Amino acid sequence: MAIPIVYNVRNLVARKTTTLMTAVGIALAVAVLVADVALVRGLQAVFERSGNPLHILVLRKGSATELSSGISREAYRDLLFKPGIARNITGEPMASLELVTVINLPTVDSAKSMNVTVRGLIWLGIAMRSVRMDQGRWFQTGQREIVVGKSITRRYPQAQLGKTFRFGRGEWHVVGVMDGRQSALDNEIWGDLNQISSDFNRTRSLSSVLVRAPDAAAVPVLINSIEEDTRLNASAITERAYYDSQTAAGAPLHFLGVLVSVIMAAGSGFAAMNTMYAAVSRRSGEIGTLRVLGFSRGHILVSFFIESLLLSLVGGLLGCLLALPLNHVRARVGNMTTFSEIVFGFRVDLTAVLAGIAFALLMGTIGGFFPARAAARRQIVEALREV
Amino acid sequence: MFKYLPLIVKNSLRNRRRSLLAVASIASSLCVLSVLIAIYRVLFLGSDSTPAQALRLITHHRVSLAQSLPIAYVRQIQQVPGVAAATGWQWFGGTYRDAREPRNFFARFGVEPLQTFRVWPDYVIDQDQRVAFERERTGCVVSRALANKFDWQLGERITLVGDGFPVTLDLTLVGIFDESAQAAVLYFNQDYLRESLPPGSPQRDMVSQVMVQAKSPDEAPHVAETIDAIFENSPDPTKTESERVFLLNFISFLGNFKLFLAAICGAVTFTLLLVSGNTFSMSVRERIREVGILKTLGFKPSTILGIILGEAAAIALAGGVIGCLLAGLLCGVVRHVAPPFIPGIKTLAVTPLIAGLSLTVAVLIGLVGGLLPAFSAARTSILNSLRHTG
Repeated sequence: MAIPIVYNVRNLVARKTTTLMTAVGIALAVAVLVADVALVRGLQAVFERSGNPLHILVLRKGSATELSSGISREAYRDLLFKPGIARNITGEPMASLELVTVINLPTVDSAKSMNVTVRGLIWLGIAMRSVRMDQGRWFQTGQREIVVGKSITRRYPQAQLGKTFRFGRGEWHVVGVMDGRQSALDNEIWGDLNQISSDFNRTRSLSSVLVRAPDAAAVPVLINSIEEDTRLNASAITERAYYDSQTAAGAPLHFLGVLVSVIMAAGSGFAAMNTMYAAVSRRSGEIGTLRVLGFSRGHILVSFFIESLLLSLVGGLLGCLLALPLNHVRARVGNMTTFSEIVFGFRVDLTAVLAGIAFALLMGTIGGFFPARAAARRQIVEALREV
Repeated sequence: MFKYLPLIVKNSLRNRRRSLLAVASIASSLCVLSVLIAIYRVLFLGSDSTPAQALRLITHHRVSLAQSLPIAYVRQIQQVPGVAAATGWQWFGGTYRDAREPRNFFARFGVEPLQTFRVWPDYVIDQDQRVAFERERTGCVVSRALANKFDWQLGERITLVGDGFPVTLDLTLVGIFDESAQAAVLYFNQDYLRESLPPGSPQRDMVSQVMVQAKSPDEAPHVAETIDAIFENSPDPTKTESERVFLLNFISFLGNFKLFLAAICGAVTFTLLLVSGNTFSMSVRERIREVGILKTLGFKPSTILGIILGEAAAIALAGGVIGCLLAGLLCGVVRHVAPPFIPGIKTLAVTPLIAGLSLTVAVLIGLVGGLLPAFSAARTSILNSLRHTG
């Protein structure tokens, strides 16, 4: 029979100050890791929601981003005649020519302006995306009207329904707020393609074309056919892949988070080891007694090891609790692809919590193994003699 | 106090394993703390700004950095009183070798060779190389950091394939300059780019930004206002900022770094406090009988307090020193792997000031962590402490 776990639990409770201090030390390292995973998960969630697997983004050959790309109207017309593009109810090919640029707006929390993505598009482009009108209405063709994403309204005081603000060559009227369901589109401002392209002197060379394939099997075929067409001089990738690559926006913060949590974990691991060694030396008499009662060295090893794991588990749970309030926090990072900000919510989901607990148990394993082995190696007589 | 030093040292060595673990634990936390402070320094306090940097202004499109300015602006800006030099600054993205390899990313700008070293007087370059850059249309100059990274020698052929520009530039390296920021940057003649573009291309008449060197610090703010006033009512209004302000804006664009750094520093410091407090209370608890004996021998409670606190400070200091050394190594690693677009990251280092700050934090943490156990030991009566059994 193994030594009951209750014995370990009671021991941890008996030394509650030491237990708590060690556990909180572990908890803080875990909290940093969980926050880091939550950040990456949050960013991933934004971009996952943004890309439709049936959509293909067409850019100029050599351009990796919509901002640095240029597609002429002639190329767009050629593209429309390509076979294998899905058609809408009226029989139009679903390919939307778009212009993407960035403008500068003052934010809520500072007079410093931030970059915001502006997208000029035609009605088809709106219809192709799963974006809902939250308040107001869509812009009208030929009008200086714009629709702003939900995240934009929270952060930029000028970008409110009914307000007017200046960019390009003049005033623009905000006629609607769109809900991109927390996708990257929530961070954009949309307006009429022709109006916006003429304001930015880009009537001939626009940014990109979004194309829908009829089904998943047709996607690679269509991509090949676009890339091989020398007249177009274009490259094509799936919209999903395009947005996936943008999770790199969080890379500097992610790198920092991993670095810090790993080193902090090493520190907390040493501290846990110290606590466990102290426990072993204090309970010398108990260890001797247990051995006299007939528990083997293996039992002692397992028991102390389990105690260390329990200790780190408490720390892990505590760390997750500490990081949980992050779920309500919205953060922003600069996106080097769009040259504008992306607002995202931290996501402390199951993955983040499991990562945190696993991390804590790892600390417990490292911190517990050597003390447990030391406990198991004690000679009965010596152990009993020590006071 | 110093006569008890041997006793303090003996005490810290009596349970070597515990002291070692405590030192290791404090060292890792302090390592993180030092690196974070170092990152904070390069991002928000700026590496030591040179006088030339203080005089440098950047004029960009008021709407956004992604929008270009007409090239005619450069001549107009050069006429503004108080301007020493100005050059158009053309961001050329493009790819060098294989774009998928992040190592191949570095900044490339088209500039006016005649103005370049007047706008950046802090760049140190050989006179011959400077003249070569001014003469050779396909010549380019690079920073020392970049030349070392790729092991480029003068005469190296560098091919940049455009993405935003439909051209391929075949450049020859004619000069290598030294600068303090350790930036990876390449400058080429913007006329070469312009002539490679098809005639009639709107890109021929635009530059990304204009870099300006003011004559004196007093004139700089006025110069900025004058420039912006000239273009106020044009289709492309400008915003002129000092290089420093511009960089700070760029950093805030990267994300709420300030908040993240502060939060993590707080967590690390708190962990340190817990670790040291825990260690010292364990070691004091083990020694209560001994403290009783010391008291019987005539040691005053204040002396005992001092001895225990001294031990705590010694262990924390040892952890601090190791932590700072580790942080120095880690900064070296970060310098290598960090993405190059973060300003100043290539100068990341644990400066003497940061090391001093970290060591102070370490000692303070040791003292605070040791205070409670030390007090309780000093206050326990002789009878109780002698009666105590481990």
